[in-house]
Amino acid sequence: MTYKLIGKNFTPPDVLAKVTGQAKYAEDFRADGMVFCRFLPSPFPHARVKSIDASEALKMEGVVGILTADDVKNAPAPAPTILTNEPRFVGEPVLALAAVDETTVQNALEKIKIEWEPLPFTVDPLKSLQPTKHVDARLDGNIGAAGVKLDTLRWTKEDFDKAGDGKLPMGKAAQEWSYGDVDAAFANAKVVYDESFVTASNSHHSMEPRSCMAYWQNGKCFVYGSTQSQSFIVPALAGMIGIKPDELVYVAEFCGGGFGSKGGAYPVMAIPALMSKKINRPVMMRVSRFEEYAVGNARNGFVGRVKLGFAENGRLLAADLYIVQEGGAHNGFWDFRNAADLVSIMYQPEAMRWRGVPVFGNTPTRSAQRGPGYNQMAYIMEPLIDRAARELKIDRVEIRKLNGPDMNSPVGKDRSPVSSCYIKDALAKGAERFKWAERIARSGQRKGSKVTGVGVGQAYHPAGFNGFDGLVRLAPDGILHIHTGVGNLGTFSHSGTSRIAAEVLKCDWEKCVVVRGDTRKHLPWNIGQFGSNTSTTMARTNYVAAMDALQKMKEIAAKDLGGKPDDYDVDGSRVFAKRSPGRGITYAKVAQRAIELGGKYTGKELPGDINPMTKASATALAGSGLIGVAKDNLPVKGEPAAFAACFVEIELDIETGQHRVIESLNIGDCGTVIHPMGLDTQLKGATVQGFGAATLEGMIYDPQNGLPGAIGFYQAKPPSYLDLPPLMQTDWVDKPDPVSPLGTKGIGEPPLGSAATALLCAISDALGGHVFNRTPVRPDMIINAVAKRPQSHQPLQIHTA
Amino acid sequence: MVDYRTGDDESSRHSRREFIKRVIASGAVASSATYVFGGLQGCSSRGTVASAVPGSVARLVRINVNGQERPVDVLPQETLAMTLRYRLGLTGTKLGCDRDECGACSVTIDDTLYNSCSVLTHSVRGRKVVTVEGLAGPNGELHPVQQAFIDELSPQCGFCTPGQVMAAVALLKHNPNPTRDEARHAMAGNLCRCGAYDNYLNGVMRAAASSKATAT
Repeated sequence: MTYKLIGKNFTPPDVLAKVTGQAKYAEDFRADGMVFCRFLPSPFPHARVKSIDASEALKMEGVVGILTADDVKNAPAPAPTILTNEPRFVGEPVLALAAVDETTVQNALEKIKIEWEPLPFTVDPLKSLQPTKHVDARLDGNIGAAGVKLDTLRWTKEDFDKAGDGKLPMGKAAQEWSYGDVDAAFANAKVVYDESFVTASNSHHSMEPRSCMAYWQNGKCFVYGSTQSQSFIVPALAGMIGIKPDELVYVAEFCGGGFGSKGGAYPVMAIPALMSKKINRPVMMRVSRFEEYAVGNARNGFVGRVKLGFAENGRLLAADLYIVQEGGAHNGFWDFRNAADLVSIMYQPEAMRWRGVPVFGNTPTRSAQRGPGYNQMAYIMEPLIDRAARELKIDRVEIRKLNGPDMNSPVGKDRSPVSSCYIKDALAKGAERFKWAERIARSGQRKGSKVTGVGVGQAYHPAGFNGFDGLVRLAPDGILHIHTGVGNLGTFSHSGTSRIAAEVLKCDWEKCVVVRGDTRKHLPWNIGQFGSNTSTTMARTNYVAAMDALQKMKEIAAKDLGGKPDDYDVDGSRVFAKRSPGRGITYAKVAQRAIELGGKYTGKELPGDINPMTKASATALAGSGLIGVAKDNLPVKGEPAAFAACFVEIELDIETGQHRVIESLNIGDCGTVIHPMGLDTQLKGATVQGFGAATLEGMIYDPQNGLPGAIGFYQAKPPSYLDLPPLMQTDWVDKPDPVSPLGTKGIGEPPLGSAATALLCAISDALGGHVFNRTPVRPDMIINAVAKRPQSHQPLQIHTA
Repeated sequence: MVDYRTGDDESSRHSRREFIKRVIASGAVASSATYVFGGLQGCSSRGTVASAVPGSVARLVRINVNGQERPVDVLPQETLAMTLRYRLGLTGTKLGCDRDECGACSVTIDDTLYNSCSVLTHSVRGRKVVTVEGLAGPNGELHPVQQAFIDELSPQCGFCTPGQVMAAVALLKHNPNPTRDEARHAMAGNLCRCGAYDNYLNGVMRAAASSKATAT
């Protein structure tokens, strides 16, 4: 299929503002009378505020107000809190203070006297599951996550005794599922591995801390925030502020990075609005880098155990997985469930069991981070797949193809099919382009202290939702306005997917405007930019809105020029008769006629099934052109799924433990490509992040005092230019998804997992097959492995430096 | 205009004090000075965090920003990033860490790259500061680095981009024909969490090539 716009590069409309500094992020907005607010971060990992004496602070010149937990309405426990009198991790906001400048705020914060009652705390989930001498992160339970009720769970002494040294005990799980006869499948296996593992939590470290500004005007609350999403933020944020969604004006035209941590409305962003309401002044809350490491969320860590049984030919017969999720102090993301889906889809075990328990710890709230759960599980699984390949003498690419999913392979507990899968094509394409056969001949070769390692890795993530709304407006000047409520994560897919509406209407891109970033711009109800969904979900919404507009255009042409709507087609900003293309009307005229005809043509009559937000937006636009508006009721068949395969070659210095990636090639399976350059940047960015996850990044909490140790970039270690391979390549399968209207689907998350695993596998390869069962793999671990010394950490120890 | 000295007579000091008071009272210009945090100190409510010097007052200084002399009231402890962002309205300079780690606040001072979060404004009196807003030509023509970053789709979220632009501008000023590896090392002080490094390097190399083409 050839398209005019889809699959072609373009300059996204927001990139100019990014290179000139004109792009306004939350902290770049100002308002008359604006004051500054800072929150008081808890110095304790867990404590109760017995009393607050702010009298001295409030007497200081320039201090204008205080907001405490008693002033805010927190969501029911164990949801993250806006402000709290029982902080549950170091840095959790206790109260907020506002003053005319930040020096005054900070000085005034020092004057606040708080009487604290320190409470027991833990940063280790296994400590919380012990039968005796357990310590819990919360007073009201020790387990919980989205989908798992707040509860208290202990394992028995027998559970711990049975596990044996260095093995994860597997007591009662919070959730579990299975399919097939797992025991029988293991009995048939030629090779069985039973491995305990640890994947470190790590911060998102978005470059833009989650600063936020708010004020109230004419009965509405204006919030300038830093979020990956636009429309999707509104109902939840309005709820936190205590207003109706249509009383909130929300601006998120630019977002300085989120990676999952700013996908939905998060509690601290309500602080400026609530403070502003109380003191009747605009309030800017700047969040510092240290504070961002506390309130900026993190990826869940895993302490897990996986048992795998392979047949002699390399087929994975059985998988038995147990995940203890090292969560934060509040309800967080469900990585521990996603881990199971990764195993089930990627290797299609004939029988599988999964058990999981999400445990609270006195550490920051865990949100989704690029490939939540799926990617951590890939970090562990892929090196073990290599181990089986090595032992069974099967090529590493071949064993992945042997076990890998096909077009409609099932995923997860429900064994529901994916909508499309071309991971085997990605593996084949990569093996050829990367000259896999030639390269693996070099693997293990040593020059001085440097050993060559070659790796292949792969990962998966669901890639789309359905049921949201699309909204376009053809104005009487012939310009097509594509309204999108999706947000701006930095992928340019807000505009990439808007081009689908332009494609359907065969509208020149120069005659299109993407309308977004501010609720006042009349945006439809859309889900946010997370979960690799945009290129599916927004393709669907823009498609249905454009199809609605197209139908209306044809109807208008038929009314004015005779015949039936189906007698007409569009191109070159004209609606014309198929049989006599000279007979037609311009888009500008069609829009004018829509206004004259009124009713549904110009948005005065609207579909009954669209969201109230879309309805309000379309109503505001009514009478100003031809309105295309619809809910995505397109057929749903299978789970949209994105895959990626990555190949890397490294040089590992076995004397220093340092590695250098020489070349990488990351290949996406993301259906029809919308925007090749945009896809290329996503694949490369994910590669960089994957390398960071594999070898650099990890949260560190001191178990004795509950204090964070990775609270600066230099400690938490996101990759820099110097971690970049000299040659970084990307590619894609470019085969359409049969369910998505133009064949597009998301891609954001899997290439992080594929890059991380390819690197981990390359390190293992350079070490002759040594598997660490742990991320990140740091130089000291490599040196210990080379020297065949025990590691300096215990097998199940977390927060290791 | 080196070392502009503020007037010593009583009246002018009064007027400045009055001005500052008015500013605070009206809130017309949001001023902000220190941004005190760092390590575990930042978590302490009664810890050892350094307080602003009591009684410190802003003094009028002149700095050259993007080719213009800008008189501006500056506190003794005020950083250049805060002056640019909160007194001069130049919000293109971003604060990513405010502690000299990330480079989002990169500007050039006399053509040398600095993290403006870690430069005191008083120290740049009489020196030439260029921010991302000062790169475009008089008719809005983009600097070759800016154009190259668009052509290579270098930014993703864009928050680090102004800093990346300034780092590239400073590099090309000193080394108009860098190798890719030289560029990588020169840019290494600028973090990008989106991981768009390769595209930024493509942009730097393209800008170097296009500048050379323009020069010949």
